[in-house]
Amino acid sequence: MFDKKAKPGPARQRQLDRYAQLVDKLSPKSALGQGLVRAFITGGSVCTLGQVFIELGQRYLDMTVTTSVTFASMMIVFITALLTGVGVFDLIAKYGGAGAFVPISGFANAMVSPAMEFRREGLVLGLGAKLFTIAGPVLVWGISISVVVGVIYAIMPW
Amino acid sequence: MTTLLLNLFKAFAVGGAICVIGEFLVLKTKLTPARILVGYIVLGVILSAVGIYGPLVDFAGAGATIPLTGFGHALTTGVKKAVQEIGILGAFTGGLTSTAAGIAAAVFFGTLTALLFKPHPKE
Repeated sequence: MFDKKAKPGPARQRQLDRYAQLVDKLSPKSALGQGLVRAFITGGSVCTLGQVFIELGQRYLDMTVTTSVTFASMMIVFITALLTGVGVFDLIAKYGGAGAFVPISGFANAMVSPAMEFRREGLVLGLGAKLFTIAGPVLVWGISISVVVGVIYAIMPW
Repeated sequence: MTTLLLNLFKAFAVGGAICVIGEFLVLKTKLTPARILVGYIVLGVILSAVGIYGPLVDFAGAGATIPLTGFGHALTTGVKKAVQEIGILGAFTGGLTSTAAGIAAAVFFGTLTALLFKPHPKE
């Protein structure tokens, strides 16, 4: 009854063109634009949640500024580990991209996810080693550069 | 109340902006997320050392401390403080001291999760 392969008539063709234009106008400009918006919303939300814990710590739990900042990081790490465990974080990461992995939530997820996956290879070289697949390089370079900064600072403080 | 809302908004805006840079790198370069994470922490250490990141943390709170650059900033502030207190040895103690809670939390909660949950099939 309706042959999809049939060439559309001129009227139908104009209709299709108008539709294509409309889709073009209404959809996000590009995958780039969409990705950036999603990363902004997701990353912003994770940081806002962190700020909630900072405010909570300082206002109600008698924490100093430094302690509240640490507390917020730990809470994000805890929540991420839990969400990774139940499989929800994968969905957030899929939507938010860098918005999910640039905050410390990404660090936590990068530890939990391979550790879970390789647990069947043992508690030592499976879970224990894979926990540091991504966290290892991050710590190696972070700590090494900070030692360099510290040595320079000791020789000529600014 | 106004301060609270303003603080939350600043955290959202700055944190979001830092993540947008990361997403741009993902989409426009061939850098893997692991390399971007390492880049962020190294950048955080350096920006903090030259005195740029500190003011950003004062302004944006969690918007600057929760992204991994904030982890680098914590390394640098810890190292500088320890060097002031105990000299050059502080270059080796300060960084891990100031980040110990975050690292230990990630290791502990990570291990706990890996023990309690089964992996989920990837699509």
